[in-house]
Amino acid sequence: MATRVRSGRFSPARSRGTEALATGGAASSKGPGRPGPLQDETLGVVSVPSQWRSIQGIRGETKSCQTASIATAEAAAQAREHADAEVQTEPPMPLSMPTASQQDSPRLAAFLRRVEGMVIRELNKNRQSHAFDGFEVNWTEQHQTVSCLHTLGYPPAQGQGLHVTSVSWNTTGSVVACAYGRLDDGDWSTLKSFVCTWNLDRRGLNPRQPAAVVEVPSAVMCLAFHPSQPAHIAGGLYSGEVLVWDMSRPEDSLLWRTGLTDDTHTDPVYQVVWLPVSGHSHRFQLLSVATDGRVLLWQGVGTGLLQLTEGFALVAQQLPRNTKLKKPTRGETEVGVTAVAFNSFDPSLFVLGTEGGFPLKCSLAAEEAALTRVPSSVPLRAPTQFTFSPHGGPIYSVSCSPFHRNLFLSAGTDGHVHLYSMLQAQPLTSLQLSHKYLFAVRWSPVRPLVFAAASGEGDVQLFDLQKSSQKPTVSIKQTQDESPVYCLEFNSQQTQLLAAGDAKGVVKIWQLSTEFTEQRPRETEDLDHLAVEVAT
Amino acid sequence: MGVFLNIILFGTEVTTKTLLANYHLDLFQTEVEETLKRIQSHKGVIGTMVVNAEGIPIRTTLDNSTTVQYAGLLHQLTMKAKSTVRDIDPQNDLTFLRIRSKKHEIMVAPDKEYLLIVIQNPCE
Repeated sequence: MATRVRSGRFSPARSRGTEALATGGAASSKGPGRPGPLQDETLGVVSVPSQWRSIQGIRGETKSCQTASIATAEAAAQAREHADAEVQTEPPMPLSMPTASQQDSPRLAAFLRRVEGMVIRELNKNRQSHAFDGFEVNWTEQHQTVSCLHTLGYPPAQGQGLHVTSVSWNTTGSVVACAYGRLDDGDWSTLKSFVCTWNLDRRGLNPRQPAAVVEVPSAVMCLAFHPSQPAHIAGGLYSGEVLVWDMSRPEDSLLWRTGLTDDTHTDPVYQVVWLPVSGHSHRFQLLSVATDGRVLLWQGVGTGLLQLTEGFALVAQQLPRNTKLKKPTRGETEVGVTAVAFNSFDPSLFVLGTEGGFPLKCSLAAEEAALTRVPSSVPLRAPTQFTFSPHGGPIYSVSCSPFHRNLFLSAGTDGHVHLYSMLQAQPLTSLQLSHKYLFAVRWSPVRPLVFAAASGEGDVQLFDLQKSSQKPTVSIKQTQDESPVYCLEFNSQQTQLLAAGDAKGVVKIWQLSTEFTEQRPRETEDLDHLAVEVAT
Repeated sequence: MGVFLNIILFGTEVTTKTLLANYHLDLFQTEVEETLKRIQSHKGVIGTMVVNAEGIPIRTTLDNSTTVQYAGLLHQLTMKAKSTVRDIDPQNDLTFLRIRSKKHEIMVAPDKEYLLIVIQNPCE
């Protein structure tokens, strides 16, 4: 069609060329009346054989693949047994149903009318009667004598010749823990040490097989059970470290440790005490005292480390000089701390026993900085408020009265127990209980006038100040060969029990007689009297 | 027709009787409450309860669990005390039971149908 249009428009000269070009017969036959030389022409068919197929045929390769046959299996399951149950509880009925009692009302009213007068009369009589004043019935068994209930020991530790350095009762009063170590050789040792616990309430208690044993790389000097967690126990080591264990996990018992940092004590830790964190009734921090003259407060953090939160340092130059203490020559001399006891009435007030033999009254609220160059991550403060007159040798134990805010006891290597009042430097009384050392002294948790002392002659001496202020009321022989008793602890839950540990590696549980466990009338007044009378 | 009327009259009569009875019961009800209130307001009284012959509490001023405990135990004890007194002397009978404890005094006034239990703290 295009050819046709072009041949119509252009000059005849060019139309010849157009003719030659024309190949399609259909176009020329429909020319618009022009007798053109255009003719129908039939051209031969040209065929081009396709090579595509043959090329493909040459290249083609035949391959076959087959998947593994799909295994099918048919199975049928049907539960054939059914059980139906219907349960319905009746709606709880109120105990005093008004409908039920309404029917009884006339008779109930009559009954009450009958008995009212009698009941009112008796109620009035009861108010005015003094018939039962001071009347006490004793239903519990009376124990006339002090007896040994259990003799506990851990043979591997005893075989190494280790001593029991410390005992502690847990918060429920049924578990006793003891620490093995050595007090007599002042040398570094590589001997393994142990902390063992026994549950006295468990049936089938084996006195030679502790319920839990923890191995410790250095001698353990002191122990203290957590005040609310029954399985947590803190210990201080000869190396100066303080550790906390969870005895309910025998495989992985170590909870927290101080590690060996600049903050850690450099000398043996002599006592650890749990203290409530002020403002939190259920959180506790750990206080440790050591002969490097530092009193440190630790708080367990998540990583298993005990972090130092507060610290105190005792420097001889800073002690209040109200007694005739030998004036130190010069420089700073640390005062080794060997015992600590907190006041039962003022939680910030505590008493320290020192290597110098003088007890110190200290306060956690002290602000004054300590004159020390010991490196520490927290500033160390000087806690001392008052110095008491000294013993003849180092103090090994102090105990604050649980019934009086001013009274405390101290015992030391001079074999004397001193009863001090917080208000005066001179002791109220001084009792010589032993010709050797005294290692521990503790007030009874139930009887205001009773205390116990552990002596180097192997005795546990029980003192009742109401009976005699000169000689012990009962003296129990803990060891047959007069080897020393190193520690003792009253049980504040099961008050008839007293635990004492000795140089033979044995912990004995003593059952106290009733006279030591039941408070007498007017006993607290007598204690007040004692504190005032002797002081004036 | 007559039968129908009778039924209506009879029905009216029953309703009136019930109302009257309810009124009297309410009076007794108030009397019971008043008496218990008088006892409860006495000095040192911790709780008062009335227990029926089966030991089931029907009136109480204490909480539910305490009441159930006291009622069950004291009912048993009172029955035991009663049979003790009767066994010693068949002509005798228990008239009053007082239990003195460290903290309380419990008084039980028995009767053939009910027990009145009063718990008092005498040295309050």
